[in-house]
Amino acid sequence: MNSIIEMKNVSYRYPVSEDWNIKNASFTIEKGKFTAIIGNNGSGKTTLCNIIRGFIPHFYKGDLEGDVIVDEKKIVEYQLGQLGEKIGYVFQNPFIQVSGVKDTVFDEVAFGLENLGVEENEIIDRVNEILKLIKIEHLREKHPMGLSGGQRQRVALASIIVMNPDILVIDEPTSQLDPIGTEHVFDIIRLMKEQGKTIILVEHKMDLIAEYADNLIVLNNGEIVLQGPVREVFADPRYGEYNIQYPHVTEVALNLQRNGVQLKYVPIRDEELSESISWSGVGEGAYD
Amino acid sequence: MTELQLKNVSFAYPDGTKALENLTLTVPAGKRLAIIGQNGAGKTTAVKLMNGLLKPTEGEVYVGDWHTKDYTTAQVSRKVGYVFQNPDDQIFHNNVELEVQFGPKNMGFDPERVTMLTDWAMELCGIRNVSHENPYNLPYSVRKFVTIASVLAMDSDVIILDEPTAGQDRIGLELLSKLLDELEGKGKTVIAITHDMEFVTDYFSRIVVMANRKIIADDVSEQIFYNHAILEESMLKPPAVAKMANLLGLEKGILTKGQLLSVLKKRDFMRGR
Repeated sequence: MNSIIEMKNVSYRYPVSEDWNIKNASFTIEKGKFTAIIGNNGSGKTTLCNIIRGFIPHFYKGDLEGDVIVDEKKIVEYQLGQLGEKIGYVFQNPFIQVSGVKDTVFDEVAFGLENLGVEENEIIDRVNEILKLIKIEHLREKHPMGLSGGQRQRVALASIIVMNPDILVIDEPTSQLDPIGTEHVFDIIRLMKEQGKTIILVEHKMDLIAEYADNLIVLNNGEIVLQGPVREVFADPRYGEYNIQYPHVTEVALNLQRNGVQLKYVPIRDEELSESISWSGVGEGAYD
Repeated sequence: MTELQLKNVSFAYPDGTKALENLTLTVPAGKRLAIIGQNGAGKTTAVKLMNGLLKPTEGEVYVGDWHTKDYTTAQVSRKVGYVFQNPDDQIFHNNVELEVQFGPKNMGFDPERVTMLTDWAMELCGIRNVSHENPYNLPYSVRKFVTIASVLAMDSDVIILDEPTAGQDRIGLELLSKLLDELEGKGKTVIAITHDMEFVTDYFSRIVVMANRKIIADDVSEQIFYNHAILEESMLKPPAVAKMANLLGLEKGILTKGQLLSVLKKRDFMRGR
């Protein structure tokens, strides 16, 4: 196994916090895998992201215990700028990520590359390519502050992907997007994965996680309570104890199971429902 | 009691960009309505016309018997409260309770009523335990509830929620569900803009679909989510339950988990399980 991020017994608390915000977390993220971090609000998801991208301890102070290793090197040994090139972070709230110093979407997306000192023609090429990929070419001359929430969310994603980091940490990228836009963002994330990127995603939309992610890390009150392949975690009876959303189909199937229906397995995608409950159909040929 | 009425309303920005074309819509007092549609379809612009933040370039908007052109936004917003999509556009106090109190206080309610409304709104939004916190120390999802409470505390007849489910976990969704029931009990009109089709089908029966600056459908949810033409034009997707029902070859019209489960249980019973 080729690990790219490793945490060993990591605990953290913010400067004024009395309790530990992350408690004794240990996990390994393999290179090229898509890992989703889930849990209810306040469970520590964003804090965990901040540790992974080195904002803790480089920017936020407080107490950090245990080891955080990124690409075989301890995170404390990096400079924040080095980590910024390695790890791209897309903010949860697109309204605060937009820099506020650029007048067009094109310049906003180019901002990161300019700061890395990339040569001008290359910047233009790369920005054009990304605008096309994210399907926001029509916004290129618009002012970033004049965009809708959904548009800003796409610009925020574009301005990180353009920097071509090995690891993408994405915090709820679709909260302001319509269903088609949401699916489109997930398709882009899948494309990034196919290009060999390691993806770490915070998200509440479990149907999409079931569809796209490889592994799950479940947080509850700052503790990792479950982790493993997506299918195994959703099927784990303990998952139900934490009052976290299930994929819709899983919720339906588990309810049927409680009412005496035998499940062949726990479905996590809509198209698995019929097989998992041994549905024999209503009329002949009612479905394929 | 305040009925909302849009009559042949169009809106264009000063630079001429058209945002809405010929909207006609009536929302009776005390009813719930969900507005759905793609980003950029005009949903937020439409509700900003309802509370007077924007005035139509053509047509008329009535709030009760008020023609919004004749009243200031401050006046209209006493009747129609609008919770912004982005909580950070709305919050400006450094303490949750002060933020929630501001509206009713500013409206000149007597101190007793201010306290009563503030407490009621904070309780309903699950933020009583953080009443002395700075809103900016709270997660986004909780800040959203701070802004909802701030608008509820103004006791307006109509409440507009813009993307209330964005970033909410199951606990937040359960809170919203309770909140909608309470508001219905009080006879308030609730209009919600949302992308969350499960939220729509669980809590709203009347749906307005917008696409390309127009209302393309205004109907009960069973008619909307099983109508391919509407779904295609608005580029919306049916809720997961409709997809599952379809895959199982069940009859049309099933939209909520409750409906699906009861149909499946009945079938199972008949097959002698």
